[in-house]
Amino acid sequence: MYKIFFTFFLSILLLHNSSTFAVEGNKLIPPSDFQAFDTPDDDGKSISLRWPSSPTESAEVEYVVYASLRKDGPFITEALRINSNTMYEEGSDSNLHYVEIKPEKFFSKKSDVTGGRSDYFFKLVMMSNPENVEVKKIASAAPEGNWFNWKKLNNFIIMIAFSALVLLFIEHAKKNPNLYLRKISGLDAIDDALGRATEMGKPVLFVHGLNGMGSISTIAAVNILGKIAIRVAEYDTTLKVSNIDPIVLSVSQEVVKESYLEAGRPDAYVEDNVFMAASEQFPYVAAVSGIMIREKTAANFFMGYFYAESLILAETGASTGAIQIAATDSYTQLPFFITTCDYTLIGEELYAASAYLSREPLLLGSLRAQDVAKGIIITALVLGAVLATIGVGFISFIFKAS
Amino acid sequence: MNFFKRTIPLTIAFIMGVMMAFQYYVPHEASQSLLKVVTRWGITIAGFAVFIGVYSLFHLHWNKIKRKVPGWGYSTFVFFGAGITIIFGLYNGGEFFLNDKQEGTMFDWMYFNVQVPAGATMFSILAFFMASAAYRTFRARTGEATILLIAAVIVMLGRVPVGALIWEYLPPLADWIMSVPNMAAKRGILIGVSIGAIATSLRIIFGIERAYLGGGD
Repeated sequence: MYKIFFTFFLSILLLHNSSTFAVEGNKLIPPSDFQAFDTPDDDGKSISLRWPSSPTESAEVEYVVYASLRKDGPFITEALRINSNTMYEEGSDSNLHYVEIKPEKFFSKKSDVTGGRSDYFFKLVMMSNPENVEVKKIASAAPEGNWFNWKKLNNFIIMIAFSALVLLFIEHAKKNPNLYLRKISGLDAIDDALGRATEMGKPVLFVHGLNGMGSISTIAAVNILGKIAIRVAEYDTTLKVSNIDPIVLSVSQEVVKESYLEAGRPDAYVEDNVFMAASEQFPYVAAVSGIMIREKTAANFFMGYFYAESLILAETGASTGAIQIAATDSYTQLPFFITTCDYTLIGEELYAASAYLSREPLLLGSLRAQDVAKGIIITALVLGAVLATIGVGFISFIFKAS
Repeated sequence: MNFFKRTIPLTIAFIMGVMMAFQYYVPHEASQSLLKVVTRWGITIAGFAVFIGVYSLFHLHWNKIKRKVPGWGYSTFVFFGAGITIIFGLYNGGEFFLNDKQEGTMFDWMYFNVQVPAGATMFSILAFFMASAAYRTFRARTGEATILLIAAVIVMLGRVPVGALIWEYLPPLADWIMSVPNMAAKRGILIGVSIGAIATSLRIIFGIERAYLGGGD
């Protein structure tokens, strides 16, 4: 028994030592291939390099790529240095390395131009101090710009399909102008809020969000402002519009002025009532809160994209007893508005407001298209969840973002 | 007049809208250059628009002072603040405005010691408003308010160390509320917002939505 145990122990020791000797005795084995090619779907400034993994990769071993403008070198410009067990190609199960490099970073001016293409040459070296081995193959490629990003093809198709859907429903709405639209309480309450302000003889305050005219929510807010301004002019009450962005200010002034004109009350328009309150977030809060408290506004409208100031503004308004209607697509601020305002338009309702208030068939048609698109997405989500559960994952690739 | 106020803006909106929508799918250098140029136009226009903002602000407060409306004294601070900021900005620590902006000047001092603390003070009020808003919301008068109250208590307790001491399952329960029902609602809103934004963009590009030009539809 003692001999058996001793033999077993010795054999394990020998096996361990022999395997240690085998690793130490290994030379670096360079990758079997090395490819360079133009990076697909890019602006023409990048070259992709790909090579298979080597069995002797480890944290102590590095890959270094040298670049040159000529095939015969010299290869002295270091374009890349990475640990050998990093930068694997996605989906290759660590069998391939993939990197993108921008030759412009290393070569300020291209001197070797042949046949209209400017080739760059690359040499791959595997380094482990003191041993270096290089891949014999010199890879070359010329970067070229692409006119379509094929990784965004799914996005492009969905965009075209949705645009077609919107146009289709707009055409449909022209023929059938009486489209059903679900009730949006917040928009129905606008007239009540304006009526209350008129009865009380107090002003109406319209507060723009913090984003500029480049934001869809600001454009939607301006659209609502136009409708509110018409009603305010008809009711002969005062409308104050606070702005944080000078371009939004200019657009708002123009919109309110035109609305007063359309209502037949151009004389009632006061330029100073559409004003720049401040240009930064918290000074804006201080200015608008001050107006609410000093002037005891009867109705407050918070429309657009808001940040941390939303609760301060809405809570100040609530403390003055004003009717408050908020509309924002900022989901982080929605709970604050729902808590403190009488009515809150959630997300897309902000965009739908213009169509809802005007009841113009063309605008209503696009709302119907939105609902259909949502139906399609919900169907895809449910179908995708079911298919993914049973192991079919192709639907997730259809909606994959590049 | 209608040509300048309607036709030209709508044509520009259509051309630029279609062009920039397709630009997103074209990675070529020419496309990227176009994006850079258009972005630069936006910055340039915004730069000039600052003067409109300043004019509006000064005009409003000057009229308040002139008409001696109640609280007109506060309006003088607008001119006082703007005046000394402009003077120190132009003085630029003795290097004047034609040189690069200097660090550690009086202009910086006023920003860091007046504007930043004043902004922080306004921000700090948020904590008190949050408490008053929470009190109002959490009065469990309806079924929805009760659910909100219970969820809020679980999340608040689950996010502090004492929560785990009360009940070891509170932190994972709070995480579940945040990552499942909360995330589902958030994504639902985001999908609606995205579709709404695309539809609004199309309405503007095709000239169906014109209210932003003023004067109704």
